[in-house]
Amino acid sequence: MSAATSTAPRSTGTKPKKSKGLNAGQGRMGLLLVAPTLVFLAGIILYPLLRAIQLSLQKDAGLDKATGLFVEGGSAGLSNYTHWLLQKCGEVDCPPGTLGDQFYSALWVTLFFTVVSVVIELGLGMWFAMIMNRDFKGRALVRAAILVPWAIPTAVTAKLWLFIFAFDGIANKLIGYVGINPQLWVSDPWAAKFAIIIADVWKTTPFMALLILAGLQLVPGDVYEAAQIDGASKWQTFIKITLPLVKVPLMVAVLFRTLDVMRIYDLPAILTNGGGGTTSLSMLVIKQIQNGFHSASALSTIIFLLIAFTAFLFIQFGGADVVQRPPKSKKKEPEAAVGNPVAANATSTGA
Amino acid sequence: MALRMHKRRTLTVLTGAVAVALVASACGGGDNTKSTDTGAAARGPITYVQGKDNSNLLGPMAEKWNAAHPTEKVTVKEQSDQANQQHDDLVQHFQAKDPSYDVVSVDVVWTAEFAAKGWLVPLKDKMALPTTGFLEPTVKAATYNKTLYAAPTSSDGAMLYYRSDLVKTPPKTIDEMWGMCSIAKQNGMDCFAGQFAKYEGGTCNATEWMNAYGAKVVDDAGKPTVDSPEAAKGLQELADHYKNGDIPKQAITYQEEQSRASFQNGKLLFLRNWPYVYNLASTDASSKVKGKFAVAPLPGVSGPGTSTLGGHMAAISTYSKYKATALDFLKFLTSEEQQKTNMEKGSLAPVIESIYTDPALVAKYPYLPVLKESISNAVSRPVTPFYPAVSEAISTNFFAAIQGQKTPQAAVKDMQAAMVAAG
Repeated sequence: MSAATSTAPRSTGTKPKKSKGLNAGQGRMGLLLVAPTLVFLAGIILYPLLRAIQLSLQKDAGLDKATGLFVEGGSAGLSNYTHWLLQKCGEVDCPPGTLGDQFYSALWVTLFFTVVSVVIELGLGMWFAMIMNRDFKGRALVRAAILVPWAIPTAVTAKLWLFIFAFDGIANKLIGYVGINPQLWVSDPWAAKFAIIIADVWKTTPFMALLILAGLQLVPGDVYEAAQIDGASKWQTFIKITLPLVKVPLMVAVLFRTLDVMRIYDLPAILTNGGGGTTSLSMLVIKQIQNGFHSASALSTIIFLLIAFTAFLFIQFGGADVVQRPPKSKKKEPEAAVGNPVAANATSTGA
Repeated sequence: MALRMHKRRTLTVLTGAVAVALVASACGGGDNTKSTDTGAAARGPITYVQGKDNSNLLGPMAEKWNAAHPTEKVTVKEQSDQANQQHDDLVQHFQAKDPSYDVVSVDVVWTAEFAAKGWLVPLKDKMALPTTGFLEPTVKAATYNKTLYAAPTSSDGAMLYYRSDLVKTPPKTIDEMWGMCSIAKQNGMDCFAGQFAKYEGGTCNATEWMNAYGAKVVDDAGKPTVDSPEAAKGLQELADHYKNGDIPKQAITYQEEQSRASFQNGKLLFLRNWPYVYNLASTDASSKVKGKFAVAPLPGVSGPGTSTLGGHMAAISTYSKYKATALDFLKFLTSEEQQKTNMEKGSLAPVIESIYTDPALVAKYPYLPVLKESISNAVSRPVTPFYPAVSEAISTNFFAAIQGQKTPQAAVKDMQAAMVAAG
């Protein structure tokens, strides 16, 4: 399990010029071979991105008072961005009831969903993964059962929970047994937020558990045996062995889920339709598209930057090594070995 | 080797160029199909686009038209059953200047937006459509900037459903209705509910209550005038009776179906809803109120109240190639015969006044006279090209006001400001 195995491919000996990199011909050939992919990626990723930014710099069509017809708005500069960020509707502050006014509440509620759901999912997911990783009778059944919610489309999940959270629904009946008054699950500010979090956790914990389970299964059994021989307690084993060894898949799972919740749309759209202040950022974009898509482009660009920045933070500081960069130098050897058990394990089993 | 290499490179460059060209043409698509105003007299096959047809009306309708017009046949395209999706589908086709959408069915609230975008053919001069005998509010809703842009094809108005076994004569005024809430209490029921959730239905209900007290959401020129004591009074009334329990707590989660369920399960004395409830509540196997309910016009301050106008219209796309045929098709859709068929087969409220008193139809649909009164007194939702923003302004502030998070005075003030900001 040393990092050396992963940095030094066995073919090094046969190609002595490796250190000088590719020769000119090979470079050109390589470029040619990846060119179609690059063009393709530019077409499906770069183009829409740039186009959205370009659209966001134009004004939405306005009404010509004389004819009653719409006319193109022309260049807007950054006014579409200030509209959202500084809450400016024309010259005045956006009054309550406009979409602009809902930007910050949508931002906070989306971040609230993100933090709370991901934390709960992380805890539950870890627990489920540990259960699924154990050897016991009926393990296959438990694994299948845990995965069921993940297999149901979100729109269907949202409808199911809508029935559960209806005023005459089972949720209110159940809390009635413990003496709590019936709640307005889709309209009350706090109840609605928790309705969404409950439904989201129910649906996506299996995903988290699955990713963590994949990491757990790569931890070799002998380290646990060694820990047992050294007399480590269960808690110590978990903290000192399991956690560090699944750190990378764990962080990747957290990253995926964080980005996922930050663009949450379908669940709140169907479950509460924004009732109780649960309009998420993505819902705001969809509503804005009906009113003018230049402003909506600006809003989606803001969301894109926000999500991209979060992803950057995770990869840079959170250790979510999605790119699987090779270890940088020999000095970092021990850390790299622990930090990247998946890669290290893959090469060691392959050798 | 060098040759093969060269060939390969050419190939790759070509592939790349093709890919770029494809991308470029994808975003420039539609620019070469410039619309022209020709075609006003042209005839030929047309397409009619409408939302999902739940009652199998479209097929027979098209057959009938096609039999009479063998050289100008109509093809029917059905959209989804979701209003938002229908709206977005139309917008996309209009933006692409698609000539294959000749006649489109539009919801009353979209007319102004589509007309202002220049997507609908104004029905005047050579393209004029006679509207004598039509219910006035339906024509008004199809009019933008003093020009008729669409032919009303079906209408809709809200009615008050009440339990005829518990209430002998329905309340004529709002105060009478609140007075009868003691009957609901004695029977362990809720008194009154409409659709008070935060969505388009909330806008309809809020507008009705504000209109009932004499408020005008927008004036005739389309300028917002909702910041008035009358509008505040309407919201105040709702908020007060939500607080004292005449309107049940859960009513702010009600859309059409939840409120119907409550009424059908015998838990609600008075329900404000659309005509579709009548058939379901009388025939649904699970309905507990079969034969125990009737309808009345919505109560007002001193007499019948004002309903919000619903319904659909048919309009001709600016990009249609065969506008003369399209106009004939609009006349066909609004003909008395077709309107009657729609009522009989699909319970679609007609736009022609005389049909509501047809004895055969009234025998089958006892609610028709009430519905006629409802629609005749109906007030259209604001006819404005910025309807989605206006609706958001109304429903958001109404939702805050009914729960007492905001005073009615502040709510109508914010509604006004938000509508002004919208355009």
